[in-house]
Amino acid sequence: MKLFKRLVPWILLAFAFFILPAMANSELFGFSQFRLNLFGRYFSLAFVALGVDLIWGYTGLLSLGQGIFFSLGGYAIAMHLLLVTKNDFTTGANGLPKFFENYGVDNLPFFWEPFWSFPVSIIAVFIVPSVIAGFVGYLIFRNRIKGVYFSIITQASLMVFYHFFNGQQKLVNGTNGLKTSTTEIFGLVAGSDEAQVLFFRITLILLPFAYLLCKYLTSGRFGDSLVAIRDDEPRLRFSGFNPTPFKVIVFVVAGGLAGISGALYTVQSGIVSPQFMSISMSIEMVIWVAVGGRGTLVGPIIGAVLVNYLRSLVSEALPEAWLFVQGALFVFVVVLMPDGIYGWFTKGGFTSMLAAFGIAKKTATYPKLDFDESVQEESFKV
Amino acid sequence: MTSSIPKRLLAGFAATAVGVTMTACGGGDSAGGGDFDGSIKVGILHSLSGTMAISETTLKEVEEMAIKEINDSGGVTIDDKSYKITYVSEDGASDWPTFAEKSQKLIDADKVAVVFGGWTSASRKAMLPVYEAKDHFLFYPIQYEGQECSKNIFYTGAVPNQQAEPAVDWLFDNFAEKYGKKVYLVGSDYVYPRTANTIIKEQVKSLGGVTVGEDYIPLGNTEVAPIIAKIKKEFPDGGIIINTLNGDSNVALFKQFKAAGITPEKYPIMSFSIAEEEIRQIGPEFVGGTYAAWNYFMSLGTPASNTFNEAFIEMYGDDRVTNDPMESAYNMVYLWKAAVEKAGTYEDLDAVRDAMIGIKMDAPQGPIEMYPNHHISQTVRIGEAKDDGQFEILWDSKTPVAPITWNQYVPETKGYACDWTLDRPDAGKYKM
Amino acid sequence: MDLIFSQLLDGLSIGAVLLLAATGLAIVFGLMGVINLAHGEFMMIGAYVTFVVQNIFRPLGGFAFESYYIIALIASFLVTAIFGVVLEKTLIRRLYGRPLETLLATWGISLILIQFVRSVSLAMVIGIAVTALLGWALQKFLPLPLKQASFASYLKGVLWTVAGIVGLIVISTTASIGRFFSNPWFGPRNLDVTPPKWLQGTWGSIAGIELPGIRIFIIILSALLIAAVVWFLTKSVWGVRIRAVTQNREMSNCLGIPTDSVDSITFGIGSGLAGVAGCAITLLGSVGPNLGGSYIVSCFMVIVLGGVGNLLGTIIASMMLGIIQSIIGSGSLLIAFPDMPNSLRSVVEFFATTSMSYVLVFIFIIAFLQFKPTGMFPQKGRSVEA
Repeated sequence: MKLFKRLVPWILLAFAFFILPAMANSELFGFSQFRLNLFGRYFSLAFVALGVDLIWGYTGLLSLGQGIFFSLGGYAIAMHLLLVTKNDFTTGANGLPKFFENYGVDNLPFFWEPFWSFPVSIIAVFIVPSVIAGFVGYLIFRNRIKGVYFSIITQASLMVFYHFFNGQQKLVNGTNGLKTSTTEIFGLVAGSDEAQVLFFRITLILLPFAYLLCKYLTSGRFGDSLVAIRDDEPRLRFSGFNPTPFKVIVFVVAGGLAGISGALYTVQSGIVSPQFMSISMSIEMVIWVAVGGRGTLVGPIIGAVLVNYLRSLVSEALPEAWLFVQGALFVFVVVLMPDGIYGWFTKGGFTSMLAAFGIAKKTATYPKLDFDESVQEESFKV
Repeated sequence: MTSSIPKRLLAGFAATAVGVTMTACGGGDSAGGGDFDGSIKVGILHSLSGTMAISETTLKEVEEMAIKEINDSGGVTIDDKSYKITYVSEDGASDWPTFAEKSQKLIDADKVAVVFGGWTSASRKAMLPVYEAKDHFLFYPIQYEGQECSKNIFYTGAVPNQQAEPAVDWLFDNFAEKYGKKVYLVGSDYVYPRTANTIIKEQVKSLGGVTVGEDYIPLGNTEVAPIIAKIKKEFPDGGIIINTLNGDSNVALFKQFKAAGITPEKYPIMSFSIAEEEIRQIGPEFVGGTYAAWNYFMSLGTPASNTFNEAFIEMYGDDRVTNDPMESAYNMVYLWKAAVEKAGTYEDLDAVRDAMIGIKMDAPQGPIEMYPNHHISQTVRIGEAKDDGQFEILWDSKTPVAPITWNQYVPETKGYACDWTLDRPDAGKYKM
Repeated sequence: MDLIFSQLLDGLSIGAVLLLAATGLAIVFGLMGVINLAHGEFMMIGAYVTFVVQNIFRPLGGFAFESYYIIALIASFLVTAIFGVVLEKTLIRRLYGRPLETLLATWGISLILIQFVRSVSLAMVIGIAVTALLGWALQKFLPLPLKQASFASYLKGVLWTVAGIVGLIVISTTASIGRFFSNPWFGPRNLDVTPPKWLQGTWGSIAGIELPGIRIFIIILSALLIAAVVWFLTKSVWGVRIRAVTQNREMSNCLGIPTDSVDSITFGIGSGLAGVAGCAITLLGSVGPNLGGSYIVSCFMVIVLGGVGNLLGTIIASMMLGIIQSIIGSGSLLIAFPDMPNSLRSVVEFFATTSMSYVLVFIFIIAFLQFKPTGMFPQKGRSVEA
């Protein structure tokens, strides 16, 4: 049984890897290339959710600025693709990406130069967000800023980047963002079905690695320190630890994961734009984790895929209802299901529900309130 | 005591979930019936939620109206068979990546014959690569900055030489004597105002004028005080202002203009994004006396325009207004129908696209024609906003103006043209 | 130089709006450690109340219409304050001591409020009323054994879900009756709020600088309100209680201060101030569902910069932000100092747009926090957290 439990995720992964593309190809059960592509996106969002879980679920720092790192990863890969692709759709008359023509830019801005190289770009996808996360994180944590303050400041940083990318049309095409659908990668057009299946598979191959990295970080002494920071930081400090490096490291890792996530998402959605840095997007990332189950590593993956799938379904059927559903989901999860779906199953929520209906045996904790008749009576008088 | 927490919260949850059905009554395919030999599925893609919903839902409504009209009068006729138009409506959610995503869905999953959609240039730019990669086909109804010519998009809104350029000429003809050939440009910070203003600056230069100031504020930002200060500095005694702001910022601009004493008597203001609907939202007392350039005004008064207005009011209520984007959204459905009937197929997209060029129709605004550069010829009109929320038409171009996609004032595109009937690889942008 | 002066005036009025909006947020944050992300939406509610009051008064015309704005100010305070109290009693209270969760939950509330004003119609109101009544009745008349059953809480959840589904059905059936029921009251569009005549135009001029009536009015309004808040906090019984709880919640509780009521009242006042801010914003900008979002981040900045629960800090911080934004964003430094060195000039030019002045302000704040991590006026105390 235990072995089976451990195998389930891998079986699901293999199913997604081999069966889903085949289903999409033959349009089995109404599953199409478009749906496959959507699932590819959902899985790529799981990376950023894992990062959010590391910093929020394990370390107790609610970052509302993960969108920065997500977008930076997306921009890095999009810039590379736009530079190296030479075709009528993406390249302008002067050999530069086409959008530069609109603003009369003839010289490539300097920071585009490194992105000619594929290896550099791939490394940049997670290094650039990590470095920026490290820098911002160091400045923030050094001053022991935390709690709500930390959330607000990450949100402010998000707005800095948003306004910058939004306003700089001559550098990064402003509001319009960068499009990758017509670019070419590995000899394929990025928007074509073959390339999309490839991206889908790359996402699924990378996901276990991201999971294992988080697993490694959260187990052992390092993981214990993170949880200690979350649960009682002053006490950790008093016992001689300096929490700052731990926080910076975990923020850097989360930033890197967000960057990878952004890059995978960008090639699959065909566009990266400052909209990825909107306030709502970054808060949504947190809610994926909350829905899936924070403080677990399977939870964020479940949450990211589930919430986004729900979003697609609801907004296709009843566009105006999505905000209601999303808002209600926030409130519901935070108040009634703080452990999320996965946590609800693994941390006793499910068994206590079964127990309430008399299906499973009751488990009681000190001081056994649940069994004490007189306490039960009193609670009804109130 | 644990039980009362879920109880009360679920109350809130249930109450909010109630909103869900609000939309259940809207949308969906129009009712069946009639004798059709088949149906053609088309896609409608506008923002039904988010900031742009305010404008884009009107386009969805008018497209639904056009589809209903066509179906009521026998549908699309191909080879003596009549086809009913059904549609799938998707929500772009005012988010550019969503527009790309939903385009993919409409093409791949719904297999629509054509997509009508978009409003902002950013949404079009986001959708464009999808249609090019899939070699599919999109109609875009809004006046925009030009400098684009895609094989896969048909543009039924005005390009600068059908809106902005005649408006600048008109401003100089009427006000240059009094205020000199000086203009101040105010716009939202995104691609349309920036590109349009680049063109206007070049045009002003070639007319011997000067652009004394140029300001951009982020979409949705309502703090326009700094701009007002600069305008007062540049034009202490009045001057010409050209406004390409979009959305919320316009309300702030006109309210604060009035408070700061920038009134239409002293400052002629020309706006390119203010139509009848926007006057209602800003309030006529703030916009009254300012000018707007469009191809269609609700107050046009021709029989064709009255029919259009009446049909819309009949369907959506007498408190509603029509405007230029709605008129061009209405036209594009008819243009597509005409092309499908001419081509004799709706599945062969290449044939439909070829057939599209040269199609003429009598639109509510007057005669229009699809040109080889995938844009249409339009009559240019300039109106003054009145207190009743309508425009009084002060000037029009008499005849339809042919579309010029690559702007001839801007040095980078001067001498270029677009003609998709030519068999050459650079048909989208070639040197004349 | 008069350019700088008029920019200063603009900056002060931007700051005054920020101040109105941020004060409520700051009081609540200081007292409960809670950040209310729905604060911006409370501003929106205030603005919508103003719109409704205006439409009630419009047919009256004459003096009655001219004075509607004063009524609207009071009404928007009261309505949003009630909203605030309800929110506190139903939701915030349950999340006490979990500030980050509160942040997320209030964000959810803000989404719901935004969509609510967009799509609220008679049918929807009827549906919600039916849900609430039915849900209440189902709980009320539940047989006692079921009420006491171990699975009672789950059962209640199911009952409420049933009530919700019935509500949904009611909405869709009433909406299909006719336009009268299904037409949204406000819709997604922006609403037209017209300031009364006496607020439009300019109120004279000082040394050649015109004083726009609206801006002066907003500055005066926020000054008066802040004075009122200060009076309330220092002189009134509840004010003293609020301050006591802010300083030490446990001790206040021990001394018999009803901290629950203090929380509700504070949240109500904070929300009410947001409503007034929303009412003031109708004079300057548009009234639409997205009104709140554009102000909320700036409000946070004010709080971070000013320090927690310190009114003086809030005032200074909001004025500073307003002035920086208006002077740098307008590029008036370039005009005022035409002979600055070229290198400096290009830097100033780079930031001389509204978007980039935001960037500069945020960078400034993050830099500032390097030196003063707890804001300008940190709370004094011996907490290890400080």
